Amino acid sequence: MNKKNIIPTKMLFFIAVLFMTLFLASCKKDEAVNYTDITTDGEMNAELTAPPFVPKPVGDRKAMKLKLNMEIKEQEGTMTDGVKYTYWTFGGSVPGSFIRTRVGDEVEFHLKNHPDNKLPHNIDLHAVTGPGGGATSSLVAPGHEKVFSFKVINPGLYVYHCATAPVGMHIANGMYGLILVEPEGGLPPVDKEYYVMQGDFYTQGEYGAKGLQPFDMNKAVKETPDYVVFNGKVGSLTNGNELTAKVGETVRLFVGNGGPNLVSSFHVIGEIFDNVHVEGGSTINKNVQTTLIPAGGAAIVDFKVETPGTFILVDHSIFRAFNKGALGMLKVEGNENKNIYSGTIQEGIYLPEGGTIQKMPGNSTAKATVPKRTLNEKIKIGKEIFGTTCFACHQSEGQGIPSTFPPLAKSDYLNADSKRAIKTILHGLTGEITVNGKKYNNVMPAQNLSDDEIANVLTYIYSSWGNNKTEITPEMVKALR
Amino acid sequence: MKKNIFIFTFFLVSAGILQAQEAGMVHVKEGSFVPLYGASSKRPVFVPSFYLDIYPVTNSDFLKFVKKNPEYSKSRIKRIFAEKSYLSYWKSDYDLGTAHPKSPVTSVSWFAAKKYCECQGKRLATMDEWEYAAMADEKRTDARTKKEFNEYILSWYEKSKTYENPIGQTFKNYWGIYDMHGLIWEWTADFNSIFLSGESRKDKSTDKNLFCGSASVNATDLMDYAAFMRYAFRGSLKAQYSTRNLGFRCASSTKPKI
Repeated sequence: MNKKNIIPTKMLFFIAVLFMTLFLASCKKDEAVNYTDITTDGEMNAELTAPPFVPKPVGDRKAMKLKLNMEIKEQEGTMTDGVKYTYWTFGGSVPGSFIRTRVGDEVEFHLKNHPDNKLPHNIDLHAVTGPGGGATSSLVAPGHEKVFSFKVINPGLYVYHCATAPVGMHIANGMYGLILVEPEGGLPPVDKEYYVMQGDFYTQGEYGAKGLQPFDMNKAVKETPDYVVFNGKVGSLTNGNELTAKVGETVRLFVGNGGPNLVSSFHVIGEIFDNVHVEGGSTINKNVQTTLIPAGGAAIVDFKVETPGTFILVDHSIFRAFNKGALGMLKVEGNENKNIYSGTIQEGIYLPEGGTIQKMPGNSTAKATVPKRTLNEKIKIGKEIFGTTCFACHQSEGQGIPSTFPPLAKSDYLNADSKRAIKTILHGLTGEITVNGKKYNNVMPAQNLSDDEIANVLTYIYSSWGNNKTEITPEMVKALR
Repeated sequence: MKKNIFIFTFFLVSAGILQAQEAGMVHVKEGSFVPLYGASSKRPVFVPSFYLDIYPVTNSDFLKFVKKNPEYSKSRIKRIFAEKSYLSYWKSDYDLGTAHPKSPVTSVSWFAAKKYCECQGKRLATMDEWEYAAMADEKRTDARTKKEFNEYILSWYEKSKTYENPIGQTFKNYWGIYDMHGLIWEWTADFNSIFLSGESRKDKSTDKNLFCGSASVNATDLMDYAAFMRYAFRGSLKAQYSTRNLGFRCASSTKPKI
């Protein structure tokens, strides 16, 4: 009898603990709102936008039924000047159309596959709770339409992509985009919002190889892309396509990474992100320099622009930015704010040993004059200088980097005026110029080279890559210094 | 005597081949191969010898058929046999409009393709037959491991509107067949025998074959992207569908009659 009583006591205690735990757990659960039960109020057609633009904010509207029409198109586009690529797109752009919803919305998704397309496609939206993120219900043959619907129950910024076999190839050809699920009441209002998405591309030719470049699946498997770009192509956010803002405005970027392979170290040169929705979720990190965006992931960043200037968006895995295309620009106009950024205050000469030129004893015959050099000598020395000083931007064959650094090969700008070329090296060059019909707007700093070195390197450049073989002498340089 | 028999046999065989060619077909010898999907336990599939059309069926071929069988014309075909886009690029029931008579007929449903072949005393090729004949390049019966061959097939996905090209302009393969790659997709008799859920990663437990992940789990050669695409495409079809890139050709188990 006694023994029998002991067990129930123990059990009672156990049950009490169990209930306490459950009670606490349910308390905790109450903090996170359950959005599955939100009822929708009314119906409208979803606004879709091509990058870099986003639809207008949801504000404080109630959850609604959204009808969404998206057309899949396989189409030829431009990767960079002279390089074509067949993109597979959601809505005719890479990344695909931006979808903006609020939590609790019911989305009726009409996925249409254009009749001229060759392949079946589907869509996996990371914002969807359900098998395949919608992919199982949306496989659609060319010339057909599939309709499925889902309720968005988790606020955040999510990637969507095609998940038809071979999945990697569909993504590598540009089939990805972003869907935003705003919280109740919407995200805090800002002045400017933009849509930027990184992707890596694999072509049979190397970076810049002309013509229609087919997809290279071996490079894709090895994860060695030829192009890493924002918004589907080199120069999508430069050369007249810059994002813009005014001093004092707050800019929000919806940044995604379609992959298929690389992880992005997203950074804006000259800015610090005030707020980052880490991985596109609800955690907000403040004062971030570089945020990591996984393949198939996203982040919401915002920052107030305090000073005018051009701010460069990059993947800070930096060779991707300068050699593979992952570079964009945000142009900020307005009055300077010297409290925050002074600009160059003073240009002086820095000599650690003091201002006097010092000489080792016994070495009194300082080389004051430059020996007379033959043309071949000049070219030889000039080539070495080019290899250490110029090549990083203008590239080994003087081809430059499309829309960023102008070419020196067969350059009309160069051949038209050799004095201007000398001055450019001596004093640097800023602002818009036109080279071989293409506009460039960038900065080349003044180069710390002697008259003789400038004469040699320019002679080398003029004698190479189809230029007009002008010979530059140190005297010509000296006259312009 | 033995020699005579040999010559006689040779004569018979070559006569047979000639006859077949006049009917627009060639003989494909029996053999076995491991398809990307559908082979249980990845064992080779045996394909008995068969005859296959040298070219896909053209617009003018199909026009003749429609004239003889008006119930397969654009306006009269029953909706359960073909959807609205059936022959949508033809001007009217018996007018090709701007379509090239020697281009392959596309935007035809599986029902119409099947009927066409039956009227010729033929049938649609099975998926295994089609894949078996299609793995040959100019010189070999199986070129699937050849890089250039796969690149050639893949490059087609990036060319637009190839369905407007006339037949017979791609390469002639080992069997003497043209246009297996580089022109259009083609219907097969059992196109939907392998199920691709559309979610190529999943299709593992339930359908065993072609969803996304299981696509790779069950595939025999992960690098065979070209074949992946064909199976994925077939998986998206229904028999009444018609798409602009999809045509067909006919096969026969027996020697075709002229």
